[in-house]
Amino acid sequence: MKKFHGIAALVAASFTGAAIATADENAELVINGDIEIVTKTAAPAHLSDALDEVMSGWRFRSDQTQSMQMDDFDNPGMLGAENGAEIWATADGTEGKSCADCHGAPEEMAGVKAVYPKWNEEAGEVRTLQMQVNDCRENRMGAEPWGYDKSDAIDVEALLASVSRGMPVNVAIDGPAQEAWEKGKEIYYTRFGQLELSCANCHEDNYGNMIRADHLSQGQINGFPTYRLKNTKLNGAHSRFKGCIRDTRAETFSPGSPEFVALELYVASRGNGLSVEGPSVRN
Amino acid sequence: MKRTTITLFALLAGLGMANAETVAPADVTYEDGAIAQSLTGVAGNPTEGAKVISTKSLGNCVACHEITDLADVPFHGEVGPLLDGAGDRWSEAELRGIVANAKMMFEGSMMPSFYKTDGFIRLGNAYTGKAHEGEVEPLLTAQQIEDVVAYLMTLQ
Ligand code: HEC
Ligand code: HEC
Repeated sequence: MKKFHGIAALVAASFTGAAIATADENAELVINGDIEIVTKTAAPAHLSDALDEVMSGWRFRSDQTQSMQMDDFDNPGMLGAENGAEIWATADGTEGKSCADCHGAPEEMAGVKAVYPKWNEEAGEVRTLQMQVNDCRENRMGAEPWGYDKSDAIDVEALLASVSRGMPVNVAIDGPAQEAWEKGKEIYYTRFGQLELSCANCHEDNYGNMIRADHLSQGQINGFPTYRLKNTKLNGAHSRFKGCIRDTRAETFSPGSPEFVALELYVASRGNGLSVEGPSVRN
Repeated sequence: MKRTTITLFALLAGLGMANAETVAPADVTYEDGAIAQSLTGVAGNPTEGAKVISTKSLGNCVACHEITDLADVPFHGEVGPLLDGAGDRWSEAELRGIVANAKMMFEGSMMPSFYKTDGFIRLGNAYTGKAHEGEVEPLLTAQQIEDVVAYLMTLQ
């Protein structure tokens, strides 16, 4: 595979943006010639009634978009992860501490992203990674919490995803997390808005089909945060959920809301077994 | 100034009604998924219907359906069946029913109901993501439904 620089790839992508680009659904993703990413695998047991296989959104993108994720130099999302690394090492708040002061190098956090959202026993709630990071900021650093899915929060999430790449998504859905998981599942199958469409209508019943100019994927979140060529920035999963619900002509939920935390847990669990691949590149 | 506004408003409201025979969404009767009676009593215009079908802000039917006759409109979807020959397969009454509320003909269909105003979950204000307030307009007007049906009848 011939490599090209990220900027060149971006320019090329915007020129072909008008054509329906079909993906090679059998391509395999190896990042930097080194990190093997599972983009297709047997569906987790809880999904076996609905799907045989689960597939990363990467499989549904054009060859060109796919290749941008194969090398960190071509992946514009890695600029966010780099910024995240800087934030990681910078002291903030009244305690004068950085993330690194408690956690060491970002690589020490390998595997963390793969199990979030996760039940927090002390707090008695399911927490997303961003909620956990904000808890550290407020209670250990004495710093202001970041806005949900806002740039600093997303860049640090991208950093934490990047060090878990290649590890299987493995969120727990039983025990105390089950209640939130059930709630997320209910949202997933609810037909919202004036168009009366559920997540499942598009991403379970119609993945692989075109809906106008969009090639529908399974709507997995193993690749989040995703760098979208469409808005040229890193996007959080809740922002994506918000957009998808808005597009049904519905009153959407807000990033960070209990509904989206539950939905994130449920959607993440549909990708159990796929590799963490964020920050990914999508159109 | 105030008076002109009121007159204008009355005029627009009058136009919106099309004419006295318009059947409101809540008053439509379905029989086996079909609607026998015209929703307006005014014959549909197939040219307008084709426009509604292919325009994103109107019916946007091509988001889900391919129609060979409209091949010059870019990006037809493949969520629903190819509509070529729809006027052969279905009667006018059946097509009116399918377009107005496809769930009456196809239980649990993914196809949106274009002439329905109630029963929605978290109804939004168009595509703003905000809650809807006030009276609910159907996705298409009664006359737009008739125009779409007239166009579909040409697909023989
Ligand atoms: C009307 C169709 C539709 C509905 C309903 C819908 N989506 Fe989507 N969604 C899309 C399209 C189109 C895309 C962009 C192409 C793709 O990745 O599938 C997308 C993309 C996504 C992605 C990004 C996948 C990636 O790999 O980058 C996620 C995650 C997602 N949707 C989740 C959801 C969830 C959760 C719901 C319900 C709350 C939902 N969607 C409802 C159409 C829809
Ligand atoms: C979000 C997807 C979607 C949209 C938008 C949509 N449809 Fe459909 N349509 C479907 C599906 C799916 C079916 C198949 C019925 C079923 O089994 O649910 C269908 C069935 C039909 C049929 C019967 C097909 C046949 O010939 O057997 C007609 C006619 C039709 N649609 C017309 C329209 C028109 C006209 C519009 C726009 C005003 C429209 N559709 C918009 C999804 C859609």
